[in-house]
Amino acid sequence: MSTIVSLPDQATAQIPKRNYITNENGLMSWLLTGDHKRIAMLYLISITLFFFIGGALAGLIRMELLTPQSDLMSTDTYNKVFTMHGVIMIFLFLVPSVPATLGNFLIPIMVGAKDLAFPKINLLSWYLYVAGGIMTLAAMITGGVDTGWTFTTPMSTHFSNTNVVTTGLAIFVAGFSSIFTGLNFIVTIHRMRAPGMTWFKLPLFCWSHYAASILMVLGTPVLAITLVLVVLERTIGIGVFDPTKGGDPILFQHLFWFYSHPAVYIMILPGMGVISEVISTFSRKRVFGYTAVAFSSVAIAVFGFFVWAHHMFIMGVSNYAVLVFSLLTMLVAVPSAIKIFNWAFTLYKGSITFETPMLYAFGFMGLFTIGGLTGVFLGSSGTDIHLTETYFIVAHFHFVMVGGMLMAFLSGVHFWWPKMTGRMYPEKISQLAAVVTFIGFNFTFFPQFLVGMLGMPRRYAAYPQEFQVLNVFSTAGATILGVGYLLPIIYLLWSLKYGEIAGNNPWQATGLEWQIQSPPLTENFTTIPIVTQDVYDYEWLDRQKEHEVTHVG
Amino acid sequence: MSDSHAIAAEAGHDNHADHPPYLRHHFVSMEQQDETVSFGMWLFLLTEIMFFGGLFTAYLIYRNWYFPAFVAGSHQLDIFWGSLNTLLLICSSFTMAMGVWSAETKRHKGLVWSLIGTLILGIGFLGIKTIEYTEKYEKHHIPGHTFDWKGFVNPTPEEIAKGDKPLAPDMAQKTEVYFSLYFAMTGMHALHMIIGIALLLGMLVKAMRGGYMDGHIAFVENFGLYWHFVDIVWIFLFPLLYLISRHQ
Amino acid sequence: MGLSPVIWQFLVKWMVNFAIIPPEASKIAPQVDALLVFMTLVSLVGLVLVGLLVTAFSIMYRRDKNPVATQIEGSTLLEATWTIIPLGLFLVMFVWGSVLYFRIYTPPPNAMNIYVVGKQWMWKAEHPGGQHEINSLHVPTGRPIQITLISQDVFHSFSIPAFRVKREAIPGRYTTVWFEATTPGAYHLFCTQYCGTQHSGMVGEVDVLTPEDYKKWLAGSTSGVSLAQNGERLFASLSCNACHNGQPDSRGPSLADVYGSKLMLTTGQPILVDEAYLRQAILNPSQHITQGYAPIMPTYQGQISEEGLISLVEYIKNLSSNYRVQQTLNTTGLLPEQPDKTSSRPAGAQGVTKP
Repeated sequence: MSTIVSLPDQATAQIPKRNYITNENGLMSWLLTGDHKRIAMLYLISITLFFFIGGALAGLIRMELLTPQSDLMSTDTYNKVFTMHGVIMIFLFLVPSVPATLGNFLIPIMVGAKDLAFPKINLLSWYLYVAGGIMTLAAMITGGVDTGWTFTTPMSTHFSNTNVVTTGLAIFVAGFSSIFTGLNFIVTIHRMRAPGMTWFKLPLFCWSHYAASILMVLGTPVLAITLVLVVLERTIGIGVFDPTKGGDPILFQHLFWFYSHPAVYIMILPGMGVISEVISTFSRKRVFGYTAVAFSSVAIAVFGFFVWAHHMFIMGVSNYAVLVFSLLTMLVAVPSAIKIFNWAFTLYKGSITFETPMLYAFGFMGLFTIGGLTGVFLGSSGTDIHLTETYFIVAHFHFVMVGGMLMAFLSGVHFWWPKMTGRMYPEKISQLAAVVTFIGFNFTFFPQFLVGMLGMPRRYAAYPQEFQVLNVFSTAGATILGVGYLLPIIYLLWSLKYGEIAGNNPWQATGLEWQIQSPPLTENFTTIPIVTQDVYDYEWLDRQKEHEVTHVG
Repeated sequence: MSDSHAIAAEAGHDNHADHPPYLRHHFVSMEQQDETVSFGMWLFLLTEIMFFGGLFTAYLIYRNWYFPAFVAGSHQLDIFWGSLNTLLLICSSFTMAMGVWSAETKRHKGLVWSLIGTLILGIGFLGIKTIEYTEKYEKHHIPGHTFDWKGFVNPTPEEIAKGDKPLAPDMAQKTEVYFSLYFAMTGMHALHMIIGIALLLGMLVKAMRGGYMDGHIAFVENFGLYWHFVDIVWIFLFPLLYLISRHQ
Repeated sequence: MGLSPVIWQFLVKWMVNFAIIPPEASKIAPQVDALLVFMTLVSLVGLVLVGLLVTAFSIMYRRDKNPVATQIEGSTLLEATWTIIPLGLFLVMFVWGSVLYFRIYTPPPNAMNIYVVGKQWMWKAEHPGGQHEINSLHVPTGRPIQITLISQDVFHSFSIPAFRVKREAIPGRYTTVWFEATTPGAYHLFCTQYCGTQHSGMVGEVDVLTPEDYKKWLAGSTSGVSLAQNGERLFASLSCNACHNGQPDSRGPSLADVYGSKLMLTTGQPILVDEAYLRQAILNPSQHITQGYAPIMPTYQGQISEEGLISLVEYIKNLSSNYRVQQTLNTTGLLPEQPDKTSSRPAGAQGVTKP
């Protein structure tokens, strides 16, 4: 199959001597940096570390669920394992993954700026992330926490005997990391666009991050105060959520889900931004319906604030409230559908190649469609009664988060790897890894839809015998999935030393980041660009190439 | 123009003669830097509104459910201290605004004295809060296992003279919810005051050494925004907590 | 709904046999399954459509075949199409699902009530006739059954997949769900809200019996004391009858026939007296004072278990005259744990439904 990869002559090509990595040396120059690209790399390393810890915990879960009995570990241990898996994967991996690594690296370059608006706050946000991560690990090592990542009261406030306070505070700290990242992005996109870079010339990656940042900035503080209240209730015994003192545990649910629903859009929107860029590049085409996709991102963010109680349909909220939230949930599903169709039609009359980022993007489209549609099963209140709190929910969110978001993350990492490191990863093995991941994923999580439909509850260490076959399937798939995730670590690290030199624009993509060297200079641009071309302007790109060809020498 | 470039092919600049030393290099001009920093501070204050919003939501719900208990709890707060605190904070916002003006008009003495005034008023606020909290501690009104609600079932004659009514036991128990929210809300507010005072001290030291007289006053202006915000939060807290049903 | 009943039955049987859906054992189950089938079909069509588009375009416009891409801005018509059609389908699912939701959570007035208390880590079912079950629930076919749920500690969730019903058991308030079982058999009962160490052990069995078998079970499992009778005992031992004795000068309102009535509170607000109100009135009396009475009722918060509250509620529900109340007042021998020495206990106290 043909490829659009265009590399410089490997015999003579070299990584540019002056770039953001070689600019300064020494550990302190990294730990005290203000350079958004270095901070992105710091995030990439720490996020990957936490991903593998969370993944190992997932492995333990799947191993326990091979047999119907709770025989691998005690039920208390199992409860701690799935809680930690959720906490780490959501707060320490999914929420920061694309924004803190790719967003941090690319947004200044994409808007034509030399850095984010507040570099020191950017560095602070990484330290807050690390602090939150270390506190979480400390909570895990010193006994764990067993409330589930949802911290449901009164379990978390009065009945659990585990490290609820430490974990709650850890998430509080990590939450501020998220708030500062979002704040930086919003201000940068508003205030630091290069001359000529209007809102509608921004890459859709920026639009998605802008929408996600609104959610980060407005939603996360509510989680913060909720965690504070839980900690206060657990430590000094204030009774805001305690029914014996007149408090209401349902109030906790409202406050918690007010953040935690927008949180899922915080997680997915940046991934959708990646998909826009990748599909455009590997079809050589402007994204179909650019304006629709841009506005859909913002619509998802806005609507996302008004649907939280769909996590509470069976909890005794009034039937009429359920009506309102169910309707709004159906509305929030529509912009995502719009995006899927726009991406599909970007392929129409394109010139398509199937490099690794594109394979991950296709995987995203299929798996996110399934995940999103099953969300509609749950948004309809009558069917939610049967399906909620079962493995159907587990399958739904793993489809959108792992089949969707994680695939988008991998797509983005592979797509911008040459830009960030100057090196290409090996194509064949990476394509293999993408396919292995896709197959493993479906084997792991599709059976969970079935077992959930049959009624198997979630968070069960032991289950009735009749669910075993599907669980065994799921665990088998998880082994394959694990291989799919380990491969990139190996070959990406390998590529740092042995990968081909990438040059400025190996994918022949549009976008300001591809017009500068790989890896970029610390200051990104020697002079601030003046933007006259459109976004996704492949015709302009072709003219640039002719210009270079006719002006050599 | 047929030949549009995205990247102008000029050499980078190495000298700093043409811009002030505190212009960060990722900004194009001081104007951009100042506007950006100000925008950032407003956005941060928006997150703070969401942060306090959770507490206000809980307060509104429980006040609606347990109004008699909230009335009784509110009457336990001393209006004198609360009003004095409100006055102190409003004055401190005034002195802070004076400080910003002084910095803008390069009045060194004015800035220093304004900041000192703000600092003293802020510390005064915290001092009064300490008095109030100590009183709560002595009366066993701190939520938790030391909380004593029986006093609300049988109020003292002085309290009855002031208009307090005895509460039924189950409603008296709900006063703990009121005090929980009281401590959470004023405690969170006080924490923001403490952070503000710490920053204010740093700013004062720099001002005393002659800082903020060169036109680079973004820190003073944006701190002012923060300080005014903390003041406004108190202006909401005061009537909601102190002034429930005080009209008799 | 368009599908002939025969095809529908075959489809359901196939899905149950291949273990894709649980057996359908309640009246609402086929209705829920119908919507689930619709949603699955729509999802399949959507997925196949997206899959076909992506696959077809990838093949037709691969670089080998189409080296130069054609830049297309978009198409308002297409945007409208793929906005309106998904929205329309989702709204159909919204309306259909909402109808089902209201049906599942609106019990019919003639439903037989069974109380279920969830606690770490078991389900306790209390039948009005005094049958007590742990992790088990016996119900008859052909009758609407309402489950009134509450938790004693943390959130639990009462789930019977075969009936397609589920409801959270919350500490501090009653929640209800109802069903009508159709097929005798044994079905899973799960706790589906994580509740601690033995969350996965909080599993039970729902036994659906024919009406005759159910009658036999009731007779054989009764503890001899119906819930209302137990409630009567508590009413006296907690001295409720001191104020609520039905006499004209009593300090508390008469409770005869109060259940189901509309009461005017001192706040001026009328309220319907249901189980939730009765429970709240016992625990938080000062907010539920009947107009014309002083707020002197003490609270029983912390002094009475959820089962005790259920017994009291059942007693009050079935009280249609104050005769028995006054009898117990005049009886000095009626102490907790001592057998009733005065009158022989009739099969049911006044107004209590016999099992």
